[in-house]
Amino acid sequence: MNADRVIEIRSLNKSFGDFQVLRNVDLTVSLGERIVICGPSGSGKSTLIRCVNGLEQYDSGSITVDGISLSEPGGVDKVRAEVGMVFQQFNLFPHLSVIENLTLGPMKARGLSRKEAEALAMQYLERVKIPEQALKRPRELSGGQQQRVAIARSLCMKPKIMLFDEPTSALDPEMIAEVLDVMVELARDGMTMLVVTHEMGFARKVADRMVFMDGGEIVETGTPADVFEAPKTRRFKSFLDKILQH
Amino acid sequence: MTRFFKIWMLLGACLFLAACSGDGTWGWYVIDPSTAQGQSNIRFLVGGFWATIQLSLIATALSMTLGLLVALPGMSSNRWVRLPSRVYIEFVRAIPLLPMLFWVFYGLPVVMRSLGFPITIDAFWGAIITLAISDSAFTAEIYRSGIQSIPKGQTEAARTVGLTYGQTMRYVILPQAIRRILPPLANQFIYIVKMSAFASVIGMQELTRRANELVVTEYRPLEIYTLLILEYLVLVLIISFFVRWLERKMGADESR
Repeated sequence: MNADRVIEIRSLNKSFGDFQVLRNVDLTVSLGERIVICGPSGSGKSTLIRCVNGLEQYDSGSITVDGISLSEPGGVDKVRAEVGMVFQQFNLFPHLSVIENLTLGPMKARGLSRKEAEALAMQYLERVKIPEQALKRPRELSGGQQQRVAIARSLCMKPKIMLFDEPTSALDPEMIAEVLDVMVELARDGMTMLVVTHEMGFARKVADRMVFMDGGEIVETGTPADVFEAPKTRRFKSFLDKILQH
Repeated sequence: MTRFFKIWMLLGACLFLAACSGDGTWGWYVIDPSTAQGQSNIRFLVGGFWATIQLSLIATALSMTLGLLVALPGMSSNRWVRLPSRVYIEFVRAIPLLPMLFWVFYGLPVVMRSLGFPITIDAFWGAIITLAISDSAFTAEIYRSGIQSIPKGQTEAARTVGLTYGQTMRYVILPQAIRRILPPLANQFIYIVKMSAFASVIGMQELTRRANELVVTEYRPLEIYTLLILEYLVLVLIISFFVRWLERKMGADESR
């Protein structure tokens, strides 16, 4: 196996009852690669990245992350140690302060002391540019700030891969840029990223590869330059037309 | 606080009027603190407080622990893990308290002896075991509703930052759930305090038992049972007050 390939998804299938959300999906991601996944709602894009860290189970096929198969015993836990995730709804812990949100994982899962964990947390809060909010509760922060805290919380676990599940879809328009800026910086630092988003400006700027999904299948992949210029399939073209219309 | 004060004023006035209307049908002298006999009777009745409190506190603590242990597997995605919890809740919930008390007090030692564990169960522990088990079916359901009210994203976020199932429960889900289920849990505590009166029938020297014993010697059921009810009222009001304080403290803590 090529050591460069950090994620290998092979003929993945999944159904919710009668509805097949994923059909024979194959996707290989190299170390440091940034992939943007887009597609209409219900196309399976969120389900796909949720399968990568075991939040969803799949019916058949295989996923290997950094050489660890998700189906091997204890595989899901090992994979989660390598993979960070940012959710549409932030999912911060409301009963904990911002810094406690960040230190919980490093202290309980990695066994760091409080002091070490707090130093680490402050370092990442600086990186997402909100160190001054460390002692506040999540609800006292704006949506954009909350999402940046969520990104910092994932980074504290020093993941090799970051998954983003529509990270800006729940944000007010004026807060989208501050979150995307953090993500662009992360991409510049060489993080391997799988991003489900409709932010095509972001995709153009950072994506190495665009993946277009529809009806549970990967319909088209290509570099942003290629696909924005001349989408090969009619379905991708009509999707792009719709979201770029305004 | 003023509301409590008004209640006391009202109750005091009722008792005062009742005591003044001494036309022979009332006999407040049995608990008249100005006579030596009244004092000793009151001391005897109030002497049951400690046992009732001990009984209720231990039974509640056990019920809350047991309830959680029953509730957690009850939420598993695996139906075979879920099943025993479901059966326990349905079964225990269906047993009336008094028959269960008799069964535990008179029957359980026999069962244990036949299994090779010759234990004796006194009235105190018999009552505690019964109250705890009987109540645990209800606390289990309260925990379940509280835990299920926490959005699924909380668990997902906790698992993705590397927490195990146990750590996720302990540090993320339960602290949030407990705040929401504090009022129904407090209800169960009050319920246990009241149901602890059943312990009197197996000879536990708590508030109700002492009242019964005094009635037998003094033949003044009205006066003695009135005082008994007031004793429970005081106990429950103290608990309510404490729970309010706890809720405020937790609420304040959350919005800090």
